[in-house]
Amino acid sequence: MAADIKQLEKKYVGKEVEFRLLRFAPDKDRAPYFQSFRIKLSQGMTVLDALMRIKETQDPTLSYRKSCRMGICGSCAMQVNGFPKLTCQTQVTELNTDKPIEVRPLANFPILRDLVPDLRNFLKAHESIKPYVIREDAEELDHPTGEFYQSPKELEKYLQFAYCIKCGACLAACPTNATDHEFLGPQALAAAYRYVADSRDQGLEQRLEAVDGPNGIFRCHYAGACSEACPKGVDPSLGIQLLKREILKYRVGAAHKKPAPLAVTPKGLKRREGIPLPPEKTVGQ
Amino acid sequence: MRESTLWLFHLLAGAVLLTVLGVHYGVMHLSNLFGIDHATVLSFSSVSGRSGRFFYLVVYLVLLPAALYHGLYGLRSLIFELSFIGLVLRRWISRILILSGSGFLIYGAYAIIAGFLG
Ligand code: SF4
Repeated sequence: MAADIKQLEKKYVGKEVEFRLLRFAPDKDRAPYFQSFRIKLSQGMTVLDALMRIKETQDPTLSYRKSCRMGICGSCAMQVNGFPKLTCQTQVTELNTDKPIEVRPLANFPILRDLVPDLRNFLKAHESIKPYVIREDAEELDHPTGEFYQSPKELEKYLQFAYCIKCGACLAACPTNATDHEFLGPQALAAAYRYVADSRDQGLEQRLEAVDGPNGIFRCHYAGACSEACPKGVDPSLGIQLLKREILKYRVGAAHKKPAPLAVTPKGLKRREGIPLPPEKTVGQ
Repeated sequence: MRESTLWLFHLLAGAVLLTVLGVHYGVMHLSNLFGIDHATVLSFSSVSGRSGRFFYLVVYLVLLPAALYHGLYGLRSLIFELSFIGLVLRRWISRILILSGSGFLIYGAYAIIAGFLG
């Protein structure tokens, strides 16, 4: 392994690579165009590192979004050689460095400037599905007296969908979004399933307003491109199909959901010696 | 009406189509399956003879709305998904499709019933 890395370093470090970046300044350009930059690769360089190098050394006006640089914030998703990727997680050596590497803003989004997509509608779609636990016992939510019980099996039902970082890569890959800009999109729909599948939630009916409209879930044809594009291993197309099932079950009156009850604190148990006390309660005081 | 209800009808219409088109296929294209001679199945007397039978009245009256609904809902989906149109225009397209579908349904049902009554 170490030998492999050494060999890779020998092959790539110091190699000059061409990046073709999409440029667009709405105040002066009529249409986007490509501009080429050449930089020397350094060890472990990601596409985002390359963009930062270009900005620092060649063109300080280059615009892109980034924050955490470790695949968690979801800000730096872009089209790299035509595929939506988190640029902070994409090593330049993974790509064909003998040809120019093309970087554009995420597809299916309007461009704000250079590599920065306009995420407003995307985030509005996410907001429209009410991405939080909804329950009939609102009093308990507002003034909690304890925690809701949820078994590991119940958690498994939605856990993978909770890993979404809202990077927008799935929407950029979605063929329905490419031709129908009103379509709610895989991220919002998978997020809706994340809450519908949560045993603590009772909000399916409230989410139908956004999800079950003419531009909602039934426009998805299960192309599966979203699941392939997701850098966090979420499977939005699976979530969408499961949500369709939940909605149809609800429509035919077969959706019976008892929300998770409050967890009962076991009584009569004694603390073993040497185990520290739990932190102070933050709810139910 | 909610999209899920429309979609459910679309699936049900698809299932109905599979069944009645099966009957159609058997009668029209599989020689002698229902005791009908393949060679004469399209002659005027065969067509009018079938139209006058109660069994075919029911088959056609089921086939017509199922085919219309399945086809027009599919057309609506295609228009929505491939034409970059906004929500207001979508509503109008739905209305136009409902109106034209109802027109075809009334006209088709009239033809079927008239054929049955002779
Ligand atoms: S589902 Fe995956 S690709 Fe889509 S926004 Fe969430 S993390 Fe990004």
